[in-house]
Amino acid sequence: MPYLELTDIGASYGSKPVLAGVSLSLERGEIASLIGPSGSGKSTVLRVLVGLLTPSGGSIRLDGKPIDVGNTATIRDLRRRFAIVFQQYNLFQNMSVLRNVMIAPLKVKHRPREECESEARRLLAQVGLGDKLHAYPDQLSGGQQQRVALARALALRPEVLLLDEVTSALDPELVAEVLDAIRLLAAEGMTMLIVSHEMGFVREVSSQVVFMADGRTVESGPPAQLLDNPRTPRARDFVGKILRH
Amino acid sequence: MALISPGLIVAYVFSARFFDAALMTLLISISALVGGMAVGLLLAVLQEARLAPLRLFAVAYLWLFRGTPVLLQLIFVFNVLPAFGIVLPGLACAILALGLNEGAYMAEIMRSGIHAVGAGQRLAARALGMRDWQVMRWVVLPQALRIIIPPIGNQFIGMLKLSALVSVIAVEELLLIANQTASANFHYLEALTAAGLYYLAMTTILMVVQAFMERAFRRRGRRGAGLRLTQRLLAATADAGQVR
Repeated sequence: MPYLELTDIGASYGSKPVLAGVSLSLERGEIASLIGPSGSGKSTVLRVLVGLLTPSGGSIRLDGKPIDVGNTATIRDLRRRFAIVFQQYNLFQNMSVLRNVMIAPLKVKHRPREECESEARRLLAQVGLGDKLHAYPDQLSGGQQQRVALARALALRPEVLLLDEVTSALDPELVAEVLDAIRLLAAEGMTMLIVSHEMGFVREVSSQVVFMADGRTVESGPPAQLLDNPRTPRARDFVGKILRH
Repeated sequence: MALISPGLIVAYVFSARFFDAALMTLLISISALVGGMAVGLLLAVLQEARLAPLRLFAVAYLWLFRGTPVLLQLIFVFNVLPAFGIVLPGLACAILALGLNEGAYMAEIMRSGIHAVGAGQRLAARALGMRDWQVMRWVVLPQALRIIIPPIGNQFIGMLKLSALVSVIAVEELLLIANQTASANFHYLEALTAAGLYYLAMTTILMVVQAFMERAFRRRGRRGAGLRLTQRLLAATADAGQVR
């Protein structure tokens, strides 16, 4: 039985529909990647999962149990199990690096301060920023900020980590160590859903690739199949364009 | 006969009468400022409202209170409200009129503070599981505060000076007391100088406090960190002069 199962999810921003039939399933410990053209709704799927957008239809099952998406309490429960890293980092500008990583465990999860701090220090060391604990976000490079954002998400101890184009803004020499951190998480059995335009990265880390277009999931399969030998014309067209150069 | 009697100025400055009047000036200013902040916050929220009548109300309010003299508003509250059966003591009229007027100016400050906190900050806070009040408490307000503190300091200094207007409705603040004292013995120079010294002392303390707060709120490596004290004071003085 899949750990996470989305069936025919629809969603809209105001009157503008952005998702019109998203279905996917994810096993525990699996890493799946969402690919597709800009505006196809990949990031929106992650936002639905983290409770930032309420779906207008379809169903979500987590651990075999249906999630009532209209209920704020269950949405909050959903948020407890997922953590997201955004493309634009969105680190809190008024807090130091250490505080950014500590704030949610401390104020949302109400864990003891010493525990929050030692875990934040450990996570920041893990992403290579053990020497930047007291720096502020505007003193860091984009790559450093994104690694703080990764540590901040991990501090929630999520069951599923959602990565929204996290490598897009990184300097080339920093991509590798972020990938290492992600590989380490994969080895620990972290379940991940990744949105990325970096096909090399997708091919390397994913066990499943899902192709989306116009707010729908069109095709899914192992990376070797979907990236090298897609069945549907739209996926073939997309993969052909991005892999040509 | 000496043109000026320094002893009399000193006597006035240290008299209970002047000291109480200065406290009254401070009380009116702080009350009107706090009232103005509440009105301003409400207007800022109304300006963002979905319902057009609410937005219209906010615009009409700004138009009315910015488009007429505050002195007129003050005398209006004091002399016209009793005709409608609302009789308020002079102090209440002073705080009401100055507060309502201040709100029209504070609205813009509040609005800019709220707008300056990016949507991504709220999004990330909510994604971390924070509730609405936590998003405000830990993320939005600390960042908005940094933006609205300096202009609110300016408004406070402006309000201290503006409060002299309420002498026309017989509230016993600094200017009225100075004027009354002088009219008894015609020592206008000494009485008005004593009042002026009180105003200067209060505005100077505020400017210094404001300069230190701005520096505390502005982190290392930010713009203006290299300004000398005199430059900062000059800037504070210039800012204070801009208010009405």
